[in-house]
Amino acid sequence: MTPTVTPLSAAPPVADWRDFVALTKPRVLTLVVFTGLCGLLAAPVSVHPVIGFTAILCIAMAAGAAGALNQWYESDIDALMKRTRARPLPAGRMARESALHFGVGLGGFSVVLMGLATNWVAAAILLVSILFYVMVYTVWLKRRTPQNIVIGGAAGAFPPMIGWAAATGDVTLLPVLLFALIFLWTPPHFWALALFVQTDYGNAGVPMLPVVAGERVTRHQIGLYTVPMAVAAIAPWPLALTGWIYGSVAVATTAIFAAMAAVVTFRTSDEGMKPEKQLFKYSILYLFILFGALVADRWVLA
Amino acid sequence: MSPEEERVIRARQGGRAKVMALLLGAFVLLVFAISIVKMTH
Repeated sequence: MTPTVTPLSAAPPVADWRDFVALTKPRVLTLVVFTGLCGLLAAPVSVHPVIGFTAILCIAMAAGAAGALNQWYESDIDALMKRTRARPLPAGRMARESALHFGVGLGGFSVVLMGLATNWVAAAILLVSILFYVMVYTVWLKRRTPQNIVIGGAAGAFPPMIGWAAATGDVTLLPVLLFALIFLWTPPHFWALALFVQTDYGNAGVPMLPVVAGERVTRHQIGLYTVPMAVAAIAPWPLALTGWIYGSVAVATTAIFAAMAAVVTFRTSDEGMKPEKQLFKYSILYLFILFGALVADRWVLA
Repeated sequence: MSPEEERVIRARQGGRAKVMALLLGAFVLLVFAISIVKMTH
């Protein structure tokens, strides 16, 4: 039998190493790494810098793996959106198998390294976070329900809990509240984004809330989710889990968040979308400030 | 495949090999450091 040889011109693309970096969604990683680091630093035990570095590296690798697997699964809808069509897979710079192997390999490696370097509680939560983002959010919810980012938001809420677990080996009320904070922060954050990029999501057939339920409902939902988010953000202070530094910063920054969310909630004009863009940008800054205050509180008042 | 395409592919393969070598070297150092910390604590 004559062996068949694939012509070189039909061979899968050979991706550049930078394409693998792009596959990990580096911009998303910054917030994941920061919140994970804050969870680690806010824990009431000291961690050796090498172990702490390894834990954060594992969180970053796991998030990168989840991002790669997300892009592997979603390359078809990424190709339809302006914001995502230049990614390595829809742009044709990488074979889909490469992205799959990279994601699975990186994810598995991060979990094993976390378990060996810190503890298996942190490794188990890390594994759950990857599976949650890929299986629950990407595969199950994203294309099926406008509540996709509400439940999917849990995937992004894991890092501070993992950082805490890596330091202490367990999970207490404070990391659970930090989890709740990011979980409840995700809907107003993403729906503010979805309000001004809704055409793009609509073109790709992703059932984001503004696409299927309209702007009015989305604005109300942003307001509704801001209330429990504010409770989760401030609760650690009255519960005596943090001191006045975190408490005062949380009250001030959450009040600003609530005011901006109220403007978006009760707005009837859709010209310019400036308040929505401002809320989206501030929501990112808000988490950075809040988690920074948590660490400052722990270190100054310890 | 044109010579230009082949040159681009070789350059990408070379780049990936160098990055992989650097990452493996960093991993060896990291495992060494973790081992020392685990032994001394």
